[in-house]
Amino acid sequence: MVMTLPRTGAGREADSLSLLMARIEEHRRAKRRITTVYIAIFAFLFVCSVWLTDFSLPDLVAGFPALGLYITKLFTTALAGGSSERIPIVSLSHFFGDADTKQSLAYWFFNLNTFVSLIVETLLMAVLATLMGFTIAFAFSFFASRNLVDNPFIVWIARRLMEVLRSIPDLVFALFFVFCYGIGPIAGILAMGLHTAGALGKLFSELNENISMRPVEGMRAVGADWPKTLRYAVVPQVLPGFISYALLRFEINIRSSAIIGVVGAGGIGAEIKKVINFNQYEDVSAVIILVVALVMLIDVISGQIRHRFITTQLQH
Amino acid sequence: MLILDDVIRKFSPDVSIGTVSLEVPSGQMVGVIGRSGAGKSTLLRMINRMVDPTSGRILFEGKDVTGLKGADLRAWRRRCAMIFQQFNLIDRLDVITNVLTGRLNEVSLGRAIFKAFSPPERALAIRALDRLGMTKAALQKADTLSGGQQQRVAIARALMQEPEIILADEPIASLDPHNAKVVMDALRQINRQDGITVFCNLHTLATAKNYCDRIVGMAKGKVVFDGRPDELSDVMVHRIYGPEGLETNHPFGPDSVPVPQKTVHPATV
Repeated sequence: MVMTLPRTGAGREADSLSLLMARIEEHRRAKRRITTVYIAIFAFLFVCSVWLTDFSLPDLVAGFPALGLYITKLFTTALAGGSSERIPIVSLSHFFGDADTKQSLAYWFFNLNTFVSLIVETLLMAVLATLMGFTIAFAFSFFASRNLVDNPFIVWIARRLMEVLRSIPDLVFALFFVFCYGIGPIAGILAMGLHTAGALGKLFSELNENISMRPVEGMRAVGADWPKTLRYAVVPQVLPGFISYALLRFEINIRSSAIIGVVGAGGIGAEIKKVINFNQYEDVSAVIILVVALVMLIDVISGQIRHRFITTQLQH
Repeated sequence: MLILDDVIRKFSPDVSIGTVSLEVPSGQMVGVIGRSGAGKSTLLRMINRMVDPTSGRILFEGKDVTGLKGADLRAWRRRCAMIFQQFNLIDRLDVITNVLTGRLNEVSLGRAIFKAFSPPERALAIRALDRLGMTKAALQKADTLSGGQQQRVAIARALMQEPEIILADEPIASLDPHNAKVVMDALRQINRQDGITVFCNLHTLATAKNYCDRIVGMAKGKVVFDGRPDELSDVMVHRIYGPEGLETNHPFGPDSVPVPQKTVHPATV
């Protein structure tokens, strides 16, 4: 008799449960299908890019010893007779010897004055470029924020403008400005400044769009116009973020300005190109060490400042 | 005298507020009551034009404010200060600067940018804070204050505007009973001493009865009661708040305009 009672309450409950189970199973299957599709797309793109760029592991391994060649040439001394087979002389007396002793610090960095003045120029270029980019990005970011501008056309224009600035690499800008203003730091500053404006402008407008709108409503209700509303309701909320991003960009610009001189736009880049072209390996390593030291120094300092901006409750 | 003349706000063909017609003499304290979604907030925001009415006119001292634009509209907003449920202060600025923003309509942009408020303006701000018992917190950042303190700072900011009307949109809905009393007492005192018209949205009937000269009851976007607190009968209360246990939300007011549900694709989860 029990088996002839499938329509009891318990039976119906079991029915709806198994129905639910089936629906969950179907949902999982659908999800798995979509994941498979995405994995396939990724694999396809991966294979395509490997194929198109001729990237291969054997080539990578085969070229690896050439990296060591540079190191050995660096340590090749007069004593070794120019051959790379002898072990370089590494001793304190050599290292701290005078400018005529090869492998000495003095010989290595004999051109330090030139390098340092170029490094300072590089640093100043990055400072000015970041300031210029910050100023432009600051002004543009408000027009590019959907929550702050009613007219979508203005937002569209501001965003496209910043995209153009951002998508042109500073090296390309530099080529153009070297043509306009001649060889020198001005070209580099303008190039990096414009690229920075585009990059920061996008980040700034995203910060603007994430603010709390309550103070904005408050300022509108007070009867403040648009610029005053920005000054009081928006800027205090976003300025710490703006400064943090600007310092990050400053670190990037330091690195950029070290190579932008390769196309004649000022800074140490021109010197790097020269010493590489003339195979002056000691000078190449000296310049690279100085650039690395500069980048590390700036990273540490700006990192500390940024940390202060994030943690402390500064008022603006 | 503030006059709302056949004011309607349509959100969609079947969601609208109005028709509302009210005459509020200067110096009155009006409490607007009703359930959430009844259209109280929209009604208030149409007065300072944070929400534009679809039709009808709003007149203040005989002048039509419904068509105001640009500088005239901002000058009108200076005259009818607004107080918000969530206070809408600038969290990162100190209390005194928050109060001083009440003068932004008159201050030139150059002075505003550098926060160069004049000594008389600062004195006025201190006096406004003093009236609300908040002078001690003048140099504190706004977000270090409790809700009740923030609302008092917001009232001081409103006073700074030297307004003729104060529109208070659920000023005590986020506060505990003690702070609610402090804030309502302050509004009542300002209404009595300065003769400022106070137009106040309230959730609770008891508060409205205790503090207001006049009660406007709204339900489903319409005014269903307009009179003195003692005229408010139980039947009326029932009409305003509806029978208990029935659906609690009506699709009225900007907060509860139906939002189309975003469909979530399984792949994005």
